[in-house]
Amino acid sequence: MTATSTSTAAPPEPVIRAPRSGPAARWLAVLRSPVGAGAGLLLAAVLIMAVLAPILWTDDATKIDTNAIAQGSSSAHWVGTDALGRDLFFRVLVATRLSIELALLATVIAVVAGLILGTLPALVGRRLGRLVTALVNIAVAFPGLLLALFFAVVFGIGAKGAVLAIGFAGAPAFARLGQTLVAGVIERDYIAAARIAGVGRFRIMVRHVLPNIAEPLVVNATIGAGGALLGFAGLSFLGLGVQAPSYDWGRLLGEGLNGIYVHPAAALAPGVAVVIAGLAFNLFGEAVAKGLGQSVVVGHLPPLPRRRSARASGPARSAPSDSHSDTVLEVRDLTVTFPGPAGPVRPVRGVSLSIRRGEAIGVVGESGSGKSLTALALAQLIEEPGRVEAAQLDFLGADLTAGARAHRHLLGTSFAMVFQDPMTSFNPSRRIGGQLAELVREHGGLSRAEARGRAVDRLRAVRVPAPERRVRQYPHEFSGGMRQRAMIALGMMGTPALIVADEPTTALDVTVQRQVLRLLDSIRTADDVAILLISHDVAVVGQVCERVLVMYAGRIVEDLPSAELLTGALHPYTRALVAAVPDMRTDLRQPLAVIPGRPVSPAEQPRGCAFAPRCPLATDKCEQEDPALVAHGPGHFVACWHAHG
Amino acid sequence: MAELRFEDVTVRFGSGRRALTAVDGVQLTVPSGEVVGLVGESGSGKSTLARAAVGLTPLAGGRILLDGKPVRPSGGRRPMQMVFQDPYSSLDPRMRIGDSVAEALPRRGPDALTGSARRAEVTRLLELVDLDPARAGQYPAQLSGGQRQRVALARALAGRPDVIIADEITSGLDVSIQGTVLNLVRDLQRQLGVSLLFISHNLAVVRYVASSIAVMYLGRIVEHGPTEQVLNDPQHPYARDLLEAVPDTGGAGTLDEPDPDPRVRAVADAEPADPHSPPPGCRYHPRCPIGPFVLADREICRTTEPSTDHRHHAACHFATAKDTVEIGSTS
Repeated sequence: MTATSTSTAAPPEPVIRAPRSGPAARWLAVLRSPVGAGAGLLLAAVLIMAVLAPILWTDDATKIDTNAIAQGSSSAHWVGTDALGRDLFFRVLVATRLSIELALLATVIAVVAGLILGTLPALVGRRLGRLVTALVNIAVAFPGLLLALFFAVVFGIGAKGAVLAIGFAGAPAFARLGQTLVAGVIERDYIAAARIAGVGRFRIMVRHVLPNIAEPLVVNATIGAGGALLGFAGLSFLGLGVQAPSYDWGRLLGEGLNGIYVHPAAALAPGVAVVIAGLAFNLFGEAVAKGLGQSVVVGHLPPLPRRRSARASGPARSAPSDSHSDTVLEVRDLTVTFPGPAGPVRPVRGVSLSIRRGEAIGVVGESGSGKSLTALALAQLIEEPGRVEAAQLDFLGADLTAGARAHRHLLGTSFAMVFQDPMTSFNPSRRIGGQLAELVREHGGLSRAEARGRAVDRLRAVRVPAPERRVRQYPHEFSGGMRQRAMIALGMMGTPALIVADEPTTALDVTVQRQVLRLLDSIRTADDVAILLISHDVAVVGQVCERVLVMYAGRIVEDLPSAELLTGALHPYTRALVAAVPDMRTDLRQPLAVIPGRPVSPAEQPRGCAFAPRCPLATDKCEQEDPALVAHGPGHFVACWHAHG
Repeated sequence: MAELRFEDVTVRFGSGRRALTAVDGVQLTVPSGEVVGLVGESGSGKSTLARAAVGLTPLAGGRILLDGKPVRPSGGRRPMQMVFQDPYSSLDPRMRIGDSVAEALPRRGPDALTGSARRAEVTRLLELVDLDPARAGQYPAQLSGGQRQRVALARALAGRPDVIIADEITSGLDVSIQGTVLNLVRDLQRQLGVSLLFISHNLAVVRYVASSIAVMYLGRIVEHGPTEQVLNDPQHPYARDLLEAVPDTGGAGTLDEPDPDPRVRAVADAEPADPHSPPPGCRYHPRCPIGPFVLADREICRTTEPSTDHRHHAACHFATAKDTVEIGSTS
């Protein structure tokens, strides 16, 4: 990672050297895993043997000893001798090179031929491409060994013919793999951008496509090499492969098999060699595939002592404990922790909030502020290895810190959750009506017909047109807005006291967004349901909610009535957030207000105020101490050292 | 700098009964050195129009003209460039950002640069989009979304384009980053005088950047005029709906009450039409608050396609006629 290409003009500036989480680190991680390390060592041993054995032991392996013909294992000949009295142990070792060489050669042929066939459809245009794809599809349908035998006959008997046979027999599988990988990459926007920039097809293939599909190809080639090794042993064993006087494991196996009842070691030794080498290739490939497929972040969470951090909860945060009967949700000091490569990461740090019946509260923040994780934590949906902790987490008087299982029924009927992407929230293979009815049949003990009736009724309540017809439809037959309504209807199948809506309108168009927001609002007023609306859009939240919680870096930095958003916000982040979003009254002559810098990552939260590095008012104190959320007037709480109402 | 003109452009996907006409006879002009904002809901065909303009999608009919001449890609300068919505997929993850920008520099023709001149040009472009040129050796994974979008902008500028097509370039960004990119786009456009087709679903964003606005619905432009006029006096009911739906940062209670008339509420809750089988007559009539589902005497909307011979070329039977009360118009 050098800056050589730009060394002309700019003075040498420090280039940020982010720790490479890229390929190198991941390959290293593969070698650190037990299976990866074992397979790596085994493979290295096999390869070293392939290089060294013929140099060291060729003489021993070819020395004919007529005094010791076809002997069993002894101290002089560990696995015995063959029909000419040659030492079989050394012969097996020396055969490593030829066996591995031929297998690798065949793999290279398979990969190259496969890659050419696989990339061809993307290079030659649509009609010819279809033809190539069809041919590959037909070739894939034949068993590999059958193809190998066919090609072995075509190319003639001998090592060369066998290499070509095994290579071309493996090609269709790689062609199919290549086609799939290429098809996945070719649709990406950077390919389109390169095409617009006038980069030719071939160049795009070499510069953009191949580097991005190389990793899975290499992994599969490693596994393929193991297969080629086996295939080769098979061909040689049948006498179609290596011919005398050359010998590989397959041939040794074939010769040894003649006397297997007399001295079995002669057949077993090459067999064991094939197994070890094949295992080395396959295991290594599998370990690499597994290692590259998953993220490297593995760690453990130390058992956190249950403590009530005075700093985080804030002494002045007045919980409306007097009106307990009215409170739907009471949360104090909610923390979400995930294991990270450098210690635990805490994306939500001490969030406290309480919602009363029929109240609408908004949570705004940018990506990474912890707003969605807060919602998931409230719904008890944080999966292992994440961990949710709270000093208090009461929903309708029930203590949820005991775990979701104890209150499954309560959560199922009274707690509704609406997600951003309604397509993934429904099971695509089941009808909407069935999915809605399931909930009340599970929790309400309703009959099938009753549950169906309620589903129709609820869909009508969320103003889905023709609900009797639509309960029989599948999720893909619903438009985005309709699906979101169905999602809300799902939440209303019980008798919800709280609807948590996480970015419910972000994927929707503005006109549809307004419909969904109106719907949420009307449900709130009609059934006295509390709503927690989470959004990145201050304007959306302000429209529906009475109170807005502004989150930054996992904490609530301001809690204010939404009517005060525009003029009365006290935290510099809230003010900047409101100013940065253009609305229909933005002054066109001025540049838009911007917030310098970028949001802090949850992994590197500073000691002091997390917003300090981007804040125009920041002082030393801000960098040293994290301000607590304190009252600044009725219903207005701010966590800032410089807030003066 | 050049004028981009769409003449009766039609784009079709598939064939037979499953055919989908994504863009249907669009007439639109992006005047030289101006910014035209294109708004519309998802599925209205805005992005398809953009991809057709840069040659990523073949036309089924019509022409796309640059300064009166059909666009024909050649090895040299690329007169039209595009910036994509998702900065995470529009940069090759395995390529240093300097190389990504350099790739778009002209390789042949009179503007071709070689060797150190190419590197100097990459430096200049990165500085132009407010990025530290020392970052040229970094990979996209090391940049934030906003920084990636700047690289994408620099790459688009590298082709020395006359026209840039920006397809929802800020919708993938965080709000605090969006402002910086919008400011940059506006500054660059003014500084370089490049023509810009700015596509967005966000009217407030379009209002900030564009000098005129085109509203698209189900593959057609239904209204087109100077930004201020369209926003102050929208002619097409869909444009009016869009405008009313823009949330206001004003604060609590700005979510207007639904209309008391049940028929108006019914069309307001209607589903967006299916582009595979667009409704006959005026395509907006099933959702129109002043259409046949609300007012009894408007059968014409069901049967007859409206002309665009109205103010702002509005495709509505009941839009104000052309030039009745236009004051200080420039169109």
